[in-house]
Amino acid sequence: MSTAVWILIIAAILLVVAGAAFVATRSRGRDLELEPTRDERRTGTGTVAPPKPVEEAPASVDTAVPTEADAVPVEIEPAVVEAPPVAEAPPTPMEPLVKPSFFERLGKARTAFSGYLGGLVGRGKLTEDDWEELEEALIQADVGVATSMSLIGDVRDLAKGAGADSGEDILGLLKARMHRELEGKDRSLTLDEGKTNVWLFVGVNGVGKTTTIGKVARRLVDEGHKPLLAAGDTFRAAAAEQLTTWGERAGAEVVRGNEGGDPSAVIFDGVQAAAARGCDVVLADTAGRLHNKTNLMEELSKVRRVAGREPGHVSEVLLVIDATTGQNGMSQAKVFTEAVEVTGVVLTKLDGSAKGGIVFAIESELGIPVKLVGLGEKAGDLVDFDAPAFVDALFE
Amino acid sequence: MFQTLTDKFEGIFGRLGKKGRLTEEDVDEALREIRLALLEADVNLTVVRGLRDRIRARAVGEEIHKALNPAQQVIKIVNEELTASLGGETMRITFAARPPTVVLMAGLQGSGKTTTSAKLARWFKSQGRNPLMVGADLQRPAAVEQLRTLGRQIDVPVFSEPSDPVAVAAAALEEARRTGRDVLIVDTAGRLAIDEELMEEVRRISDTVQPHYTFLVVDAMTGQDAVNTAEAFHQRLSLDGVILTKLDGDARGGAALSVKEVVGRPIAFAATGEKLEDFDLFHPDRMASRILGMGDVLTLIDKAEQVYEKEQAEEAAARMLEGQFTLDDFLEQMQQLKKMGPLGGLLSMLPGLPKELRNVNIDDRELARVEAIIKSMTPTERADPRMIEASRRARIAKGSGTNPTQVAGLVTQFTEMQKMMKKLGGMGTKKARKDKKANKGKGKGGSRVTGKGGVPALAGGGRVTPKGTKAGKAPLMLPGLDRIDAKDLDALADELDRRR
Repeated sequence: MSTAVWILIIAAILLVVAGAAFVATRSRGRDLELEPTRDERRTGTGTVAPPKPVEEAPASVDTAVPTEADAVPVEIEPAVVEAPPVAEAPPTPMEPLVKPSFFERLGKARTAFSGYLGGLVGRGKLTEDDWEELEEALIQADVGVATSMSLIGDVRDLAKGAGADSGEDILGLLKARMHRELEGKDRSLTLDEGKTNVWLFVGVNGVGKTTTIGKVARRLVDEGHKPLLAAGDTFRAAAAEQLTTWGERAGAEVVRGNEGGDPSAVIFDGVQAAAARGCDVVLADTAGRLHNKTNLMEELSKVRRVAGREPGHVSEVLLVIDATTGQNGMSQAKVFTEAVEVTGVVLTKLDGSAKGGIVFAIESELGIPVKLVGLGEKAGDLVDFDAPAFVDALFE
Repeated sequence: MFQTLTDKFEGIFGRLGKKGRLTEEDVDEALREIRLALLEADVNLTVVRGLRDRIRARAVGEEIHKALNPAQQVIKIVNEELTASLGGETMRITFAARPPTVVLMAGLQGSGKTTTSAKLARWFKSQGRNPLMVGADLQRPAAVEQLRTLGRQIDVPVFSEPSDPVAVAAAALEEARRTGRDVLIVDTAGRLAIDEELMEEVRRISDTVQPHYTFLVVDAMTGQDAVNTAEAFHQRLSLDGVILTKLDGDARGGAALSVKEVVGRPIAFAATGEKLEDFDLFHPDRMASRILGMGDVLTLIDKAEQVYEKEQAEEAAARMLEGQFTLDDFLEQMQQLKKMGPLGGLLSMLPGLPKELRNVNIDDRELARVEAIIKSMTPTERADPRMIEASRRARIAKGSGTNPTQVAGLVTQFTEMQKMMKKLGGMGTKKARKDKKANKGKGKGGSRVTGKGGVPALAGGGRVTPKGTKAGKAPLMLPGLDRIDAKDLDALADELDRRR
């Protein structure tokens, strides 16, 4: 097969499209009022583009809010509603929820690297090498080169202004600078009263979405809420079983569909079921997807739209990020936010040796607050994000 | 987006002029950029230091090659070092004299062990083996169920029982012997490298089954911590190889390099998609370009081959070169291209694009816009866009929900491209004819004919080093179409074919 053909075609098309986009971008400023909104643009293509598929709400369902009396929204074809675990035989006894302290958990990882910057503290005036070491400490925590360089640059200025030059002072300045960056963010999870809230969990493959949902469910149950889990990961084998197990552990109902089915439909069913049964929040699982897969990201946008249909009320879209993630985390956060307006980040697996520094960059550059942190495999191992403790741990 | 290393290097070495040798200062400046590029790609800091020293040692004092400019020369050295570090000996799977050949999969949570176990089983099956998979992940809810489902998909049995992982592994070994299965793949639970208890458990599994191959499964998106993880697992299990997963993402995958450096064992396989067949042996040279952010033309072509109709594409290319490519053809090809993923990602695989284009933040909605514009044209307009004057332009803009400037922009870009292609076709003819003659009997000329050797060339007015010299691993780059020279195109096409 001639390699040449591919290159030729791809390059030609990319050049034309990119060129046209370039022209469009430049003209955008001028024609701002002419610039169609996304929706208008869609209908604009409507004459020629294939008809926009109607988001299929299962046909058999009356989309009107079911009244309490005939609460039978679950005749919907593919969905199977798991009966809530029967009280007399809970599959796993509920262990008391022990919440680990942030520091305590990080402690484990910390011992492995303690004294990394210890040398700096005792030093008098910092040399150029020391500064570099400081920057590298941040880089090694996955904060990223650009962010690290700008932080260190700021601190250099601050140090000059304050006349500080000892290692201890400068480390203090750096930490203070980083604390400030994470200060004043609203890290609370939104649960609007009297509504069928939907919390949507999104992220790339293997970050721990399903596990996080299980833990969140447990936590909500403990706080007296009535969550319902919707197994929107219809792609990965046995994902629904995994979620069901977590539902049983937490004492929450699970709505699931068929493997390979439409995730939007499953979540729609979940919302209907939740409304009918008076559950106040639907925890919607989604299949892991790499953010560079356009089709899958479009599928996710649709899931969000469908989840927000009456009576659904999407109050949180949580992006789950693995603490071991490197610089790609930034690109994940950007693209997922574009697709589904992420409202918060859940940082998982922070009990390992990875520092999760990428969320610092995500929070400071994209302004998406980290809300929860996963510190272990047990139901109780999900805690609120403690920004100061997190920053301190980056240096340990 | 990152400026590619090439651009930076050309800046650094631009003032070098005609100096005959790379001095230490020149190289140091370039090395700073290399360090940044590697760190941005998540290569571990200590690994970066080591590489930097090796590159410096090789680059300083190097005579400037006649065919390469200094920037290309340093990049070539970097690329070679990276490829060497990533590659080295390739893994060759041999099978135990007394079956079963036991494979142990280990790694952090969520790195993709279960899916990869199934992919590996499928691979072994395609090699004519009879694998048995073992669900020894009793930790994660439904992990065994997941493995069973995958097993059904590829028709490979799965063994597991609800006891403890070590016992399961031992029983599975018996089962494999009893049922005459010649490969045993043990899927274990994900564990943190610092979890003493679980690390001890996986060591006991290893002691029990005495694996012939122990693979560490590593997520391509992993950051700096990859080194600590790899070290810990290697100490405990003495790894034989690494499997890199989620390479179909847009992470540059520096973790591959970090892990390879620490473990010193080959990266045996790479998983490049969600489907079970998206799994293959690892290509170190492609990974090197990817880590450097230099684009990855080969992967791009692989992708293209998956989504494009081969004959259709060849026909389109031929029409392109003959100047008969219409907007209808363009639309058709564009729709194929869409299947290959987001445009931004594709663009990044084509380094050497004109800067102004690279910096455009291309949204995939642009494609929809272009599509709408073309579809709002009449067939006659699509065949000959030159006829589009102001009033037609206004109508098209209205029909497509765009504005006349955008319509005009597209038409201009398209006609420019048409012109260039035609010119290229003209230039290429001679070579293609010669090519045809030369390749007679090699069975290769046929496929080349339609292509007419038309391929964008190496960057920086650059040339592939004269044939016969050992520049084989110089990274491949494309310039803007404006700089195209048919001879370069032919050379690049040859080079690409050779590498494949």
